[in-house]
Amino acid sequence: MTGLGGGVVLIPLLTLLFKVDIHYAIGASLVSVIATSSGAAAAYVRDGISNIRLGMFLEVATTAGAVVGASLSAVLSTSVIAMVFGGVLIISAVLSFLRHQDNLVVGEGSKLARTLKLGSSYPTPEGRQPYTVKNIAGGFVLMNIAGILSGLLGIGSGALKVLAMDNVMRTPFKVSTTTSNFMIGVTAAASAGIYLRKGYIDPGLSMPVMLGVLAGAYAGSRILTRTKVSSLKRIFAIVILVLAVEMIYNGIHHSI
Amino acid sequence: MSSEIRKIKDEDLEKIIGQLLRFGVLLSSMVVLAGGIGYLVRHGLQIPSYHTFTPEPEKMRRPVPMWKAILHGEGRPLIAFGLLLLILTPIARIVFSIIGYLLEKDYLYVVITVLVLIVILWNL
Repeated sequence: MTGLGGGVVLIPLLTLLFKVDIHYAIGASLVSVIATSSGAAAAYVRDGISNIRLGMFLEVATTAGAVVGASLSAVLSTSVIAMVFGGVLIISAVLSFLRHQDNLVVGEGSKLARTLKLGSSYPTPEGRQPYTVKNIAGGFVLMNIAGILSGLLGIGSGALKVLAMDNVMRTPFKVSTTTSNFMIGVTAAASAGIYLRKGYIDPGLSMPVMLGVLAGAYAGSRILTRTKVSSLKRIFAIVILVLAVEMIYNGIHHSI
Repeated sequence: MSSEIRKIKDEDLEKIIGQLLRFGVLLSSMVVLAGGIGYLVRHGLQIPSYHTFTPEPEKMRRPVPMWKAILHGEGRPLIAFGLLLLILTPIARIVFSIIGYLLEKDYLYVVITVLVLIVILWNL
């Protein structure tokens, strides 16, 4: 809801506070990412806001990236992963402050957009508003990077996915957030399969994490509708920045 | 007229996918919860060690050994099975989408969706 998922908090919490090996933390985080994304996507898909064709097409990029990322994670040392994680945290925190312009690209769209039927419409109070997308290749590449990071770090990479759709492909904001959510589950499933097979997903650790995050997501969606999101976002970003610095520091000193 | 028909089918498909995702999350969390109770009953007083990484045993990673251990009444493999169900939920969604696009005769998207499915299953 604040634009940043649970994984970005969960992994530093598990590694820094509970001293869990980062591979286990990533495995548990992936599980929670699938749970929350699938739960939320169920609601969005029903509302007809998310663009399923666009999501499906971009999932080719994210799943391929996720497989690469998950394979990388197995060979990189925990300190290196921690440092990359810290860097990505900082970028995500900054991205969450970008102003969302309300994009609307109308008209025919490019030949590729028409062939792939990426244009669609979304519900507004005045009825369904049609739109189309731009820069398909650019968005595709950025989605691939988002997939790699998701597989490597066990996060949903929602911020980067929204960036790819919002600022590159120029889809309306409502559509990018919901479609991103819809894609996160599939992307995470691709890497979770690899983590499960390699034995990085521990049942004893993932069980409380998954159930806790699901309960939290349910409670959060109730509370957030009544709280001012902007101030909450600011607090959250500061927390993320502190965690990021901590992760990088520990990574440099090989204490993670 | 033809676009009108496709729109209706799209929405039906979206409804089914929404239901499927909800059901998958619910089912898997119930299995995980059941396994969690079993696990805590057996091992609740032990302090687990996650500081250094040791790969999980076969029964937590592969469906067949996992199933055997569950029938044995073990809690942790049951959690692992619930987690596997959760991972399969988005994958099931993709399978449904393939069927949907086949019904719509949108063969371009049948190919795209099958491609996504192959990437995932290849690595599972």
